[in-house]
Amino acid sequence: MRKVAIVGVGMTKFGEEWNRGFRDLILEAGIKALEDANLSGKEIDAIYCGTMAPGPLIGQEHAAALLADWMGLNPIPSTRVEAACASGGVALRQGYLAVASGLHDCVVVGGVEKMTDVPGPDVISTLGGAGDEEWELFFGATFPAIYALMAKRYMYEFNATEEQLAAVAVKNHKHGAKNKYAQFQKEIDIKTVLSSKVVAWPLKVFDCSPITDGAAAVVLMPLEKAKKIVEQPIEIVASAQASDTLALHDRESLTELKATKIAAKKAFEQAGLQPKDVDVAEVHDCFTIAEILAIEDIGFFEKGKGGTAAENSLTEIGGQIPINTSGGLKACGHPVGATGIKQAVEITWQLREQANSRQVKGAKIGLTHNVGGSGATCVIHIMKNPAKF
Amino acid sequence: MTNIAITWRRIPERYCIIGSICKTCSTKYFPLRKFCPKCRRKGKMERYQFSPRGTIYSYTKVYAPPAGFELEAPYILAIVKLDEGPMLSAQIVNTQNVEIGDRVEMVFRVIKRDEPEGLIHYGYKFEKITD
Repeated sequence: MRKVAIVGVGMTKFGEEWNRGFRDLILEAGIKALEDANLSGKEIDAIYCGTMAPGPLIGQEHAAALLADWMGLNPIPSTRVEAACASGGVALRQGYLAVASGLHDCVVVGGVEKMTDVPGPDVISTLGGAGDEEWELFFGATFPAIYALMAKRYMYEFNATEEQLAAVAVKNHKHGAKNKYAQFQKEIDIKTVLSSKVVAWPLKVFDCSPITDGAAAVVLMPLEKAKKIVEQPIEIVASAQASDTLALHDRESLTELKATKIAAKKAFEQAGLQPKDVDVAEVHDCFTIAEILAIEDIGFFEKGKGGTAAENSLTEIGGQIPINTSGGLKACGHPVGATGIKQAVEITWQLREQANSRQVKGAKIGLTHNVGGSGATCVIHIMKNPAKF
Repeated sequence: MTNIAITWRRIPERYCIIGSICKTCSTKYFPLRKFCPKCRRKGKMERYQFSPRGTIYSYTKVYAPPAGFELEAPYILAIVKLDEGPMLSAQIVNTQNVEIGDRVEMVFRVIKRDEPEGLIHYGYKFEKITD
C-alpha cells in the first residue's frame, strides 16, 4: 500500500442556499479543491462522491455520472457512495483505498447534499431511512427520537444533565462564529439551548444539527507525488471503518457506539498513535449527545466524563482537545453527504495553519469521525502534516 | 402509499410478537430473522412466540413527529426490553409519565393510516402494568 495525501481541498458555504442546486454546489467545491491543488483536472483518474439521498431530495439518482459530466471529467470512472450520514467519510475511504492500492494516481472525492428543495417533513422522513424503516421508523421513531433514547439512557447511567448537552451546542456555535463557511455564525448561551423548543425530550432544537445545502471536495494523490506539486501535503495516516446493528434497540449498550470504538482502535493502531497525540478533531455531532459519546468512544475522555468535559470547556479551541473547530454539524451545518468531506477539509486547513481565527496553534495531527445513522456505520481518518515532523 | 403486501409480510411480528430462536446457540431474536448472525450457516432458526411483557430500557417524548403521526404528538417512544431478552422500539400509551424500569405489556393498536384512502397499519404499542 502506498502512502496517500490530500493535495487540495474546497467547500461551499453551508446553509439554506435557495439560489443554488445540487450541481452548482458540487461543481464549486470540486473546482475549489482542484485550484487549491494547482491541478487542471486532466490529472484526475477517478471520482468518488458521497451523497445520501438525491433521489428523494431532488429526484435525481445516478449522481456520480452527473458529477463527471458537469465537471467535464468524462470518461473517467465516477462512483457514488451511500452510507447515510457517513456517505462522505466512506467515499473518502474509497478514494484513499484506490490511491493506496496503486490503482489510481489522482482521485477527487466529493460530498454533497441539496436538502432544502423539499418540505421539512419530507426531509425528516428521508433522513429516517438511515435507521431501520420497518422496526424503528414505522413505530413513530425519528432521528432526533433515536438519539434522544441514547441521551436519556446516558443521563440515567451517568447522572449527566441537560446543561452538559447544551454546553456542546454552545461550544460549537462559538467555533462556528469564527467560520465564514458555517450555516450559523452566531454565538448562543446555555439558556438559548435549554429554552428552545423540545424536539424529542431531552433534545431541543438547539441540540440538533440543521437541514443544510452544501458540498465539499478533496483531491488525493500518493504522498511521494504530492510532495512535488504542493508545499504542504496532508498525509492520511489511518483509515478505518466499522459496522453495527441498523436498529438502535439491537445494541448491547445505548451509551456507546461500538462501531466508533472499533474504528478508533483500528485507526490508532494503523497510525501508531494514541488519542492523546491528536491535536484537533472533527467528530459527528448530529445531536449534542452524539459528540459526548464520540469523544468518549474515540478515547479522548473516559466513559461518562464527556459531559463534564464539554461543561468545563476542555473541548474548546485552547482546551485540552479542541473538538469541531468548524462549528461541527451543529453550527457549520449538516448537508448529509458533504459532512464527512467537510471534516477532512477543516482538518487539512488546521494542519496547514490556514484556519484563521479558529486555528489550533501548532496542530500537527488531526482526526475525523463520521457516523451513519445511529451508529451502524462509523469511519475514522487520522491525518498529519509531514512538514511538521 | 404502501402496498398491502408489505403489511402482510409483517403480520406475525407486528400483531403477535413472533420472532425467532436459534436452536444452535439458543439466542432469541426479535423481529424474526431467518439467518442467525452469531452461528451463520450453522444456525437453525425456528419461530418463537415472545411473552408480551417487558421493561422500559430508555424513552423519549416526541414533539416533532414524522408524517402520519401528527395527531398523536407528543407521544412517548421507548425501547422496551422483553422479559425474554430482545429489545424493540414502541410507543407507550395510556400514560404521560414513564420511567426507566417501568413494567409494560403489549397492546394491539392502530399505528398509522396511509392518507387519504390507504391502508390502516396495525401493530404493537405498550401499556404500563403492575406485576
